[in-house]
Amino acid sequence: MSDVIKIKRGLDIKLKGKAEKIYKRSDRPSFCAVKPVDFNGLTPKLTVKPGDEVKVGSLIFYDKYHPEIKFNSPVSGVISEIHRGERRKILEVVIKTADKDEFVNFSVKDPSLLSRNEVIEILLTSGLWPVIRQRPYSIIARPADKPKAIFISGFNTAPLAPDIDFIIKDSEDEFRVGTDVITHLTDGPIHLSLESDYPACKTFANARNLVIHKFKGPHPAGNVGIQISHIDPINKGEVVWYINPLDIVKIGKLFINGIPDNTTVLALTGSGVINPAYYKTITGANVTSLIQGNIKEGHNRIISGDVLTGTKLDKKGFTGFYDRQLTVIPEGKHFEFIGWAKPGFGKYSFYRAFWSWLRPGAEYTIDTNLKGGKRAFVLTGNYESVIPMDIYPLQLLKAIMVEDIDNMERLGIYEVDPEDFALAEFICPSKTEIQSIIKKGLDLIRKETE
Amino acid sequence: MEALRRFIRIIKLDFMKGGRFEMFQSTFEAFETFLFVPDKVTTQGSHIRDALDMKRAMAIVVLATIPALLFGIWNTGYQHFLATGTEAGFRELVWYGFLKVFPIIVVSYVTGLGIEFTSAQIRGHEVNEGFLVTGMLIPLIMPVDVPLWMVAVSTAFAVIIGKEVFGGTGMNIWNPALIARAFLFFAYPSQISGDFVWIAGLKSGEGILDGFSGATILAQAASGKSTFVNGIGEAYSAWDMFFGSIPGSVGETSTLAILIGAAILIYTGIGSWKIIVSVFAGGTVIGIILNTFAVNEFMRVPYWQHLIIGGFAFGAVFMATDPVSASQTEKGKWIYGFLIGFIAILIRVLNPAFPEGMMLSILLMNTFAPLIDHYVIEANVKKRLNRAKLKINTAANLN
Repeated sequence: MSDVIKIKRGLDIKLKGKAEKIYKRSDRPSFCAVKPVDFNGLTPKLTVKPGDEVKVGSLIFYDKYHPEIKFNSPVSGVISEIHRGERRKILEVVIKTADKDEFVNFSVKDPSLLSRNEVIEILLTSGLWPVIRQRPYSIIARPADKPKAIFISGFNTAPLAPDIDFIIKDSEDEFRVGTDVITHLTDGPIHLSLESDYPACKTFANARNLVIHKFKGPHPAGNVGIQISHIDPINKGEVVWYINPLDIVKIGKLFINGIPDNTTVLALTGSGVINPAYYKTITGANVTSLIQGNIKEGHNRIISGDVLTGTKLDKKGFTGFYDRQLTVIPEGKHFEFIGWAKPGFGKYSFYRAFWSWLRPGAEYTIDTNLKGGKRAFVLTGNYESVIPMDIYPLQLLKAIMVEDIDNMERLGIYEVDPEDFALAEFICPSKTEIQSIIKKGLDLIRKETE
Repeated sequence: MEALRRFIRIIKLDFMKGGRFEMFQSTFEAFETFLFVPDKVTTQGSHIRDALDMKRAMAIVVLATIPALLFGIWNTGYQHFLATGTEAGFRELVWYGFLKVFPIIVVSYVTGLGIEFTSAQIRGHEVNEGFLVTGMLIPLIMPVDVPLWMVAVSTAFAVIIGKEVFGGTGMNIWNPALIARAFLFFAYPSQISGDFVWIAGLKSGEGILDGFSGATILAQAASGKSTFVNGIGEAYSAWDMFFGSIPGSVGETSTLAILIGAAILIYTGIGSWKIIVSVFAGGTVIGIILNTFAVNEFMRVPYWQHLIIGGFAFGAVFMATDPVSASQTEKGKWIYGFLIGFIAILIRVLNPAFPEGMMLSILLMNTFAPLIDHYVIEANVKKRLNRAKLKINTAANLN
């Protein structure tokens, strides 16, 4: 597969605060957390209580409806508290970290000697299974399913996203072992999508058992959902699995060393960061250990993930399980006199409606101000310009808003994910909550069909 | 600005629930958000948003109408002094035009916004910006001597029946400005179907040439003339028609000014170039067909002239492009625009009752826009179903 798939629709938002390609030391986090809310559709069953001692790999909770799916501790330490929200919903399980990590051992073998079921068993008990998610719905994959294919996106095009090549380039062996493991999981192909503008790094170039695709274009070309829609779109009733390549490295490390790898690399990015860079830290680390003394004065918003799809954290928050970046941007709680009529040299817009179009290469600081009031759908044709899929986004959104399930299916609800609509939400002049609508539609369909 | 902000914060409570001016809450918030972009931050989904909002989008559309408006003000004066045979300097022309046009604008905005503010208050919503554009378009499609009370009634009809009963901005089926025009046309036909209203002052008998009725070019063509003349008997040149120094409704005459507006709309990404181009394409095609098979004078009017006289250009750029009443799929927009242009000229030339077909053509296609979209989307749905069927069949064959 050497043809380049050109993505023409989309938008690269040029923000200030790209992480410098260096690794910085961060202190060992004093607290880590495992957050059930990171996992779409999960109802957790807790197996620990405050005061319990845990090692790396100890069971914390499991999926109530799929008890074989286990969630383990990323650190050694003591369970310090369980944060709950409304109706006693578990938000975070917080662990006070010990000074040194002790690991639970899992008996592993060379993946080529194992059967599919044995591989799955190891992934489940080691707590690594949740790195495998499925489309549609973006929930954790069900071990009993037979996916038609597995997709890996080798590059991330979200604003200020970390450079995967930079992080993965020295993990060739681990990536290969990880790939060997996941070949057991499907009878179909494993697709790896890469940026066509750059030659593939060693790790990807020397990978085997993968079908490689090249993509060229703006964000969301790096979104796995967009890649799926161009390579092999999902039909009703089909299931595909997707995995972050950095998690494949984790799987490889598990099968090589027999103990889970609890480290992760996070990019600290955004205009609110004084020295944006990459940090080696622990999965689920608390945010203070990373941003201490490195963020600018003023009211800031800390986001686990990127500005389009990430989750807001407060200062006592913890990085998300799937997130490989923290973004810090200024909060925009301010009034602006006749803001909508000013030329707007410093205002970023997809439309050439501000004089900022006179500065084509510039990078912007964008705050969290909504920049207008919520309105009905008025402008048309704009969502299509940033969603490179063969669907009609406006009509799909309307079908979801009226909860017309038949129409949702006809219009392609199984092919979409909120993150693929994030750019449409960004550019919408009516300030419509598009990602929430898509999520609502997917939740509705999932409940109907389960 | 801080002082203004503080003042607003102090008086705001009076306008909120429980305050003594509670019934003006929507109006207060409309003025507040006009003065200050609110301090709301994102709470769900994307943490950052584009700087464009509906206020700015509507402001840009109004900006795009300004060239046509300014020209219309000048042209009103120019046509008047030409027809009455008096000499007048540039400033006098413009002042005359301004005095004639400005009251129409005021009546349109006051009536329309009054109804919009009331509707918003009843619904408990923020006032929508849609009327900022409609309020400018209505005067531009009115004949200049229209009685102001008729403007008020037409505007009220357009806002209430044409928009609010459907749910307000974003929900209307038809273009509200055209509903106002259509209402005027059908409710008061005797007052405006005669030709006197198109040039200011002719009704009061100030015309210099006996028997000159101030007919627009279209009216002259409809009555079978082959050359079109102005108030003192001179023929109009193609440049006159393009530049716009011809009689007509306030904003429609200057194709040049309208095209400047089109450039603004297309460049900023607010107006659909597909619709504008396809309207002109549709008009061109039917114009050529009519020229080829011409059996009367009207059919012999050259196809390119149709594009620069009457309300064709104005309708193509400012009316057909209203995103809410147009087709909402990109493929649909081509079909929608083409049919508007095609049917407009068809109505003009072949229908003896209406010299101008643009208004009716757009209203007709507004009605059919959802149907066009439906078929465009059905094609996509079928493609999806076929792809799924193919999968199932392939799988079945392999078993």
